[in-house]
Amino acid sequence: MYRLAGRLAPWFGGLCLLSLALGLYLGLVVAPADYEQGDSYRIIYIHVPAAWMSMFVYVVMATSSAIFLIWRLKIADVVAEASAPIGAAFTAVALLTGSFWGKPMWGTWWIWDARLTSELLLLFLYLGYMALRGALDTPQGSARAAAILAVVGVVNIPIIHFSVEWWNTLHQPATISKLDKPSMHISMLRPLLLMVLAFQMLYFHNLMVRLRTLILTRESRASWVAELNPETGN
Amino acid sequence: MAEFLNMGGYAFYVWTSYFLALILLGGVALWTSMQSRKVRLSAIRKAQQRRRKS
Repeated sequence: MYRLAGRLAPWFGGLCLLSLALGLYLGLVVAPADYEQGDSYRIIYIHVPAAWMSMFVYVVMATSSAIFLIWRLKIADVVAEASAPIGAAFTAVALLTGSFWGKPMWGTWWIWDARLTSELLLLFLYLGYMALRGALDTPQGSARAAAILAVVGVVNIPIIHFSVEWWNTLHQPATISKLDKPSMHISMLRPLLLMVLAFQMLYFHNLMVRLRTLILTRESRASWVAELNPETGN
Repeated sequence: MAEFLNMGGYAFYVWTSYFLALILLGGVALWTSMQSRKVRLSAIRKAQQRRRKS
């Protein structure tokens, strides 16, 4: 697992930079301005990928936490622990960029509507998870407690996703849906998908690097660690 | 170029958003790689010292 993560990391990193460069160029330079929102809509190219990733990373975290609780698979716990910081960062980016989009379009930085409130709750779930990992004296105890929090918190994910349909919110409904034709022109859609790919690759790259760090920390007494090169880690 | 930077009058909102994303996501990436380097150096060195002693 340690070696596999090391081999995959540069590929994810390279793909991330490639799609990031192309996505930013197409989104900021090539795509036309929106007929209603002008150039302010360009915030979408970081807001939507960050919001999507905030939920995706949480689902990964909750799923691997469940696997850890049921089958006691240690690597699943490592995946969950490694995912939390980048997931929290995606959530913070989604909230902040949403605020900077809401101000010019809605006239307010923040309102307590269902979408915004449930996304804020997601940030607190991430922060609570990270705090809990260090809170108990025994590593096994805090791993189990944090895993339970992650699994219970997953109820928030459908709430975030469907909040714009269940309640009347100020937040606009989804732009891209798997079932319908996207309500967006291809010149605006292509950079958005590229940015989603870039953020996805950023997560995978970050996950691989953090997995290696966590495995090294946990297995520092294993004999194979002594055979690695300290400069490269391989 | 000036027109591009102006973002149709929304420069403040658009560029602040991109800047915040860069700081937060770049920050996590940077922290991750610094932590990875630190752990790599100390964990592997310690393991090798233990091996030499035994």
